[in-house]
Amino acid sequence: MTRFLIRRAAGFVLTLLAVSVVVFAVMSMLPGDPALSILGIEASPEALAAMRSQLGLDAPAPARYAAWALGALKGDFGTSYAFRVPVGGLIAERLPLTLSLALGAMAVTLVLAPGLGMAAAARHGGPGDWAVMVLSQIGIAVPAFWMSILLILLFAVRLGWLPSGGFPGWDQPLAALRALVLPVIALALVQSAVLARVTRSAALEVMRLDFVRTARATGLPRRRILWRHVLPNALIPIVTIIGMQFAAIVTGTVVIESVFSLPGLGRLLLQSIANRDLITVQALVLLFAAIVVTANFLVDLAYVAIDPRLTGRQS
Amino acid sequence: MRHRASLILGAVLVGLMAAAGLVSLAWTPWPLAEIDVLNKLAAPSAAHPLGTDGLGRDLLSRLMAGAANSLSVAAGAVLLGGGIGTGLGLLASAWGGRVEEALMRLCDLSFAFPALLFAIMLAAAFGPSLLNTGLAIAFINVPIFARVARGAANQVWVRDFVLAGRAAGRGRAAISRDHIVPNIAAPLIVQATIEIATAILAEAALSYLGLGAQPPAASWGRMLAEAQTLLWVAPMQAVWPGLCITAAVLGFGLLGDGLRDWADPRLVRRQA
Repeated sequence: MTRFLIRRAAGFVLTLLAVSVVVFAVMSMLPGDPALSILGIEASPEALAAMRSQLGLDAPAPARYAAWALGALKGDFGTSYAFRVPVGGLIAERLPLTLSLALGAMAVTLVLAPGLGMAAAARHGGPGDWAVMVLSQIGIAVPAFWMSILLILLFAVRLGWLPSGGFPGWDQPLAALRALVLPVIALALVQSAVLARVTRSAALEVMRLDFVRTARATGLPRRRILWRHVLPNALIPIVTIIGMQFAAIVTGTVVIESVFSLPGLGRLLLQSIANRDLITVQALVLLFAAIVVTANFLVDLAYVAIDPRLTGRQS
Repeated sequence: MRHRASLILGAVLVGLMAAAGLVSLAWTPWPLAEIDVLNKLAAPSAAHPLGTDGLGRDLLSRLMAGAANSLSVAAGAVLLGGGIGTGLGLLASAWGGRVEEALMRLCDLSFAFPALLFAIMLAAAFGPSLLNTGLAIAFINVPIFARVARGAANQVWVRDFVLAGRAAGRGRAAISRDHIVPNIAAPLIVQATIEIATAILAEAALSYLGLGAQPPAASWGRMLAEAQTLLWVAPMQAVWPGLCITAAVLGFGLLGDGLRDWADPRLVRRQA
């Protein structure tokens, strides 16, 4: 068990390291000179050279990587070319919004989807099952940003119940929550469709097994069989998908924040791309990838918590 | 039975979208770029079946052209990325050992990058255009197909007829080409169909963000971005492009599901 944990943790750290190398390498290969974009095209060659050395761009690539990675470990991602403030600060300001969006959407998904999936599995072949399957098939095909626009159309334009976008700031908690309702639902509905399907098929697999038949034969109530015997045994594929979904939700925030004009990390990423603010883009891509790698790591740990027999089998 | 329904509905949806796209290359009800400001945001009429957009351009014509752009970028990207990925997967499977190990670790690593994020980064790096969007989506598909091809190929390499081929002295490249590829075509085609659905979603999202198709090119994602500014005046503008995306994605998804069930040998045996 301990050996398994150590191996997984080592894999986690190595993956993060590799990800940081790739992000750095890709961003270094990009065309464009940060010094030029800061000083403008009228700058003299001497000024450009001075700016490059001030930014540390004249050092060899491995040295630049080491400086960047060591700084990143301490939360120092350098200074934004466009905003002229530390990138770490820009991220810290926007992280709460993006995290609330992602965690909120994940929570709504976890409330909606397993119940629907289990209900469909329990009524396998019936109209309820059919309805869940059709809805989820459509839900998977609907782009989250179109779902957002439809929600805006209904709840903001037609009914006027919720704002169509923008964010008032955390100092107005109620208004802030209202601003998050539609984006969270838009992200969650699409993911719920996926999770409901997976829950249903995982539950159906388990329901075919002998111990479920035995449980039925002993006269246990259906509800108890489903939630106490079927669901726990169907958890492995469900948890796998939840891990992938968290990654999808986190990247989904990039698009959704743009739809609702929410000042989160996704908007910062798009702004930084537009501004050619490579050092900020680099930090954000690393951060998003780190969140995904961490989610995968947690899923690995969850496997073992669900079924300790798996420790031996994973390499 | 269910797989047949998926297959038929999927094929119908894909066929409709593909037909609309193909027709748009030769003919559209109105010229694509014909601006008619006096007639902007017109309601549906005999002349303009779905009305006109914010510049008075015929909506139906633009949706048809959007189908051509969306489908060709998605299919092209999956073919390109899938082709390269399949080649790498075959290579990994044929050579095994270190080559296989290294290629598969690279694939693992690439899955740490959220696909859409990576596409955004690439699209931003090479400049916003439909072609670069396609290249970014192709890039994402490489590791997916490398993994599927290698997994399927590994199962074929241990079969008797391949061993016979090796015993007869045929090289790995020749065996891969003549015996492995035909035997792994089914899972690859299924995967490609499903990835085209994902690619359509990705293209739409990137174009919506302004990183894909540039005006005046017609693109469903871009049309949605333009429609969002007109929600209070012309809500239907935001409905049609989304419906097209959903129908196309649904079509390829159903087609992939149907093909998979159809190609699954276990199912075939049960029916026989």
